[in-house]
Amino acid sequence: MALELEHGTAGTAVPSRLAPGVVTIVSLAGLLAVWWVAATLADSRVLPTPPEVAEAFWRDARTGELFFHLGMTLMRVAGAFAIAMAVGSAIGIFLGMNREANRFFDPWVILFLNVPALVLIVLAYIWFGLNEAAAIGAIAVNKIPNVVVTLREGARALDRDLEEMARVYRFSFARTLRHVVLPQLQPYFAAASRSGISLIWKIALVVELLGRSNGVGFQINLYFQLFDVAAILAYTLAFVAVMLIIEFLLVQPFEAHSTRWRPKRARG
Amino acid sequence: MSNLSKPIPPAGGRNALEVEIRGKTFRGADGEAVRAIETIAFEVAPASFATLIGPSGCGKTTTLRIILGLDEDYEGRLRLPDEGHGRIAAVFQEPRLLPWRTVEENVRLALSDDEAERDLDQLFAVLGLAEMRSRYPSELSLGLARRVALARAFAVRPSLLLLDEPFVSLDEQTATRLRKLLMDVWSARPTTALMVTHNLREAVQLSDRIIFLTERPSRVRGVHDIAKPRAERDTRWREATLSAIAKRYSGVL
Ligand SMILES: Nc1ncnc2c1ncn2[C@@H]1O[C@H](COP(=O)(O)OP(=O)(O)OP(=O)(O)O)[C@@H](O)[C@H]1O
Ligand SMILES: [Mg+2]
Repeated sequence: MALELEHGTAGTAVPSRLAPGVVTIVSLAGLLAVWWVAATLADSRVLPTPPEVAEAFWRDARTGELFFHLGMTLMRVAGAFAIAMAVGSAIGIFLGMNREANRFFDPWVILFLNVPALVLIVLAYIWFGLNEAAAIGAIAVNKIPNVVVTLREGARALDRDLEEMARVYRFSFARTLRHVVLPQLQPYFAAASRSGISLIWKIALVVELLGRSNGVGFQINLYFQLFDVAAILAYTLAFVAVMLIIEFLLVQPFEAHSTRWRPKRARG
Repeated sequence: MSNLSKPIPPAGGRNALEVEIRGKTFRGADGEAVRAIETIAFEVAPASFATLIGPSGCGKTTTLRIILGLDEDYEGRLRLPDEGHGRIAAVFQEPRLLPWRTVEENVRLALSDDEAERDLDQLFAVLGLAEMRSRYPSELSLGLARRVALARAFAVRPSLLLLDEPFVSLDEQTATRLRKLLMDVWSARPTTALMVTHNLREAVQLSDRIIFLTERPSRVRGVHDIAKPRAERDTRWREATLSAIAKRYSGVL
């Protein structure tokens, strides 16, 4: 079956354009079916069926509680994401352009890359108290080293020829940044934010679980103590859905727009 | 010839371009020193067109980079037309366009803020780029991309124009067409120009002065001035000049 499908997509041009969407739906439906069958067979509270999860979703959605907690987590994710991208790219671009500084700070980057998220979170709460700033800061600090490494790669790959052209034609600093440097870094920003969002929201839940009284992580901890797996899954799926919507409505259109100059190659 | 800018402004600055490089050494990645230039000294009169010819790897691009201010690690001195107040334009060996900006944006970005909205219709028309203004560089052939690089260079109304083998790796027909276009735009507003080339025929056709360089480490081997007006340089004259030059500077061809 899979083999036939592959043949079909490779052979003709039109189905290959339709196929990805169809394949995604079929694949997700398959996962849902497996879950449903397994849950029915197990017939246990620890593995609820899809309708039970939907019911738990409704219960908290009707009161508005679910949206409040989703909103709080989303706020933390957005804040930490903005801080991590801004600070991380500034450091990354600086290190990528300055060889001496990079040689000096490289061990720091490696160190921070390898400090466990949990340690940073606990330390942030101890040092700065159980407050919102510490929570968002802890999430951001977890992400910054990744952004640094990615953007450092990007800054190292900057085109010297274009930089010289900009100098000869007396581009101002702002013009060089906007028209010469940032477009070259765009793929690296995209890569950093892609891996960034998924990492950040996972860490955000831990941060909430350890030291906040709202947010998806806090709710999951609560339902863990109540042993309500249906509610845990409901919150998880709701948040994943939000992140997917952001990906499709914000990230991908932005990427398509900013790479429109790329030669469009016909794919066989 | 076409008349690009109606009242012909004084172009090329007040004084000649004076180049005097007394030594340029590169330090390779392995620490070994490469002496690229021994002594290169020459002048280019205001509003005239000069050509630099020499064997491959003798330091022509290096000379241009020094004049452009991209390489400041050399001994010697420079005097730019307008003493550096006027603008310098360069057409590099590769077109060096921003792939993510359209043809028109690429040209306009080189303009200063106060002339950003200037009318470039005529320039684009003369260079045959009128239809290409909203294309991206990846959609252009090399010949067209070189024309965009020329448009950018002339758009800034430079007092000094530097060209590094602008017609290399084009088919002869395209190169001939581009040479004519270059002369058209340049004659409309003659500015001090210095071009690097391997092609003596091209140099003889375009320049007022040809500067011959030796092998690395390079020195000036000789300077050949051409007084004949460009319009009168017919095939017979060209062949005669070429063979005269070949006799004097054997080995450069
Ligand atoms: N960054 C550099 N580091 C070390 N050596 C260099 C560097 N740039 C140029 N060189 C050397 O200096 C010499 C002159 O180089 P240059 O590019 O100026 O030559 P050119 O006359 O423009 O050659 P071509 O006709 O091939 O374009 C060459 O031998 C080259 O190997
Ligand atoms: Mg060269």
